[in-house]
Amino acid sequence: MALASDSDILEQAEAWHRAGRGVAIATVVETWGSAPRPVGSHLVIDEEGHFLGSVSGGCVEGAVVSEAMDVIGSGTPRLLEFGVADETAWQVGLSCGGKIAVYVEKVVS
Amino acid sequence: MKAAFLQAMNSERAARRACVLVTDPVHGAQRLVLADGIAADPLHEEIETALRLGKSGMVEHDTGRYFLTVQAPPLRIVVVGAVHVSQALASIAHLLGHRVIVVDPRTAFASKERFPDADLLAQWPEEALPVVGIDRYTAFVALTHDPKIDDPGLMAALQSDCFYIGALGSRKTHAKRLERLASAGIDAERLGRIHAPIGLDIGAVSPAEIALSIMAEITAKQRKKPERPKGS
Repeated sequence: MALASDSDILEQAEAWHRAGRGVAIATVVETWGSAPRPVGSHLVIDEEGHFLGSVSGGCVEGAVVSEAMDVIGSGTPRLLEFGVADETAWQVGLSCGGKIAVYVEKVVS
Repeated sequence: MKAAFLQAMNSERAARRACVLVTDPVHGAQRLVLADGIAADPLHEEIETALRLGKSGMVEHDTGRYFLTVQAPPLRIVVVGAVHVSQALASIAHLLGHRVIVVDPRTAFASKERFPDADLLAQWPEEALPVVGIDRYTAFVALTHDPKIDDPGLMAALQSDCFYIGALGSRKTHAKRLERLASAGIDAERLGRIHAPIGLDIGAVSPAEIALSIMAEITAKQRKKPERPKGS
């Protein structure tokens, strides 16, 4: 089985939008240091929290999905930054020590 | 993102045309630049560079910082020869998400049972390849060992701007192949594009290992910056 590529992910985003679901696209726009997924990687999220793709090795997807639900609600895009700041950041940070910026936007008609 | 942009990005990709989405991540402004609109765009230099590298990224411009979502057509692999190595190559390429097209006029070889993950064309390369269209996002591989099938395929690939050309065979076999292609009128510079013996040197023995070495060489050609000297 082929794993979802960034292009499959955008096709899924279009299909979800066509089906009338609220959809957000999260994109890795910048990375500093060692980052698990390259710039341009996508995660698509629907209003119920279903998601496809990745923006990290699984470290920050949870946080991005919950931010995306807000973006679907408000329609206002957000630029998020994740890095390792301290011990407590581990849950929503990158254990690899890198830093990433993720742009989250709603698909609008 | 406007749904119309998303839809256009998906349809441009399906049609194997490049496009770039320009986003101002601070203000949220966005535009989609199609292949024929690049020259007229204020960011045309940055867009062309990003497309050449096939890499999305942030760019600085007098008017601000923009994120370019680069959409180059998906890589595909055209394989001449529905042989044992090709079966393994089709599986590995499928895992990596690449489309594989197998061309072999011998219908006993080019069967769906043998190639569940590939598109099959039971035709001679000279008929099939003009229809397939070998473009700069295509890797071409000749694996039959039979000059009357491999050579016409190689001729077509050498006249295209595909990013990789590989041909199976020992150094001796390849030397003979180069003589034949040269006498067919192909110049030395073009002939130099053929990777032969094919694949990265990993000591491959089995068909699956040879397929792995070919796939690795194609990936290296796709991802690595060209001509990087050792140690830099």
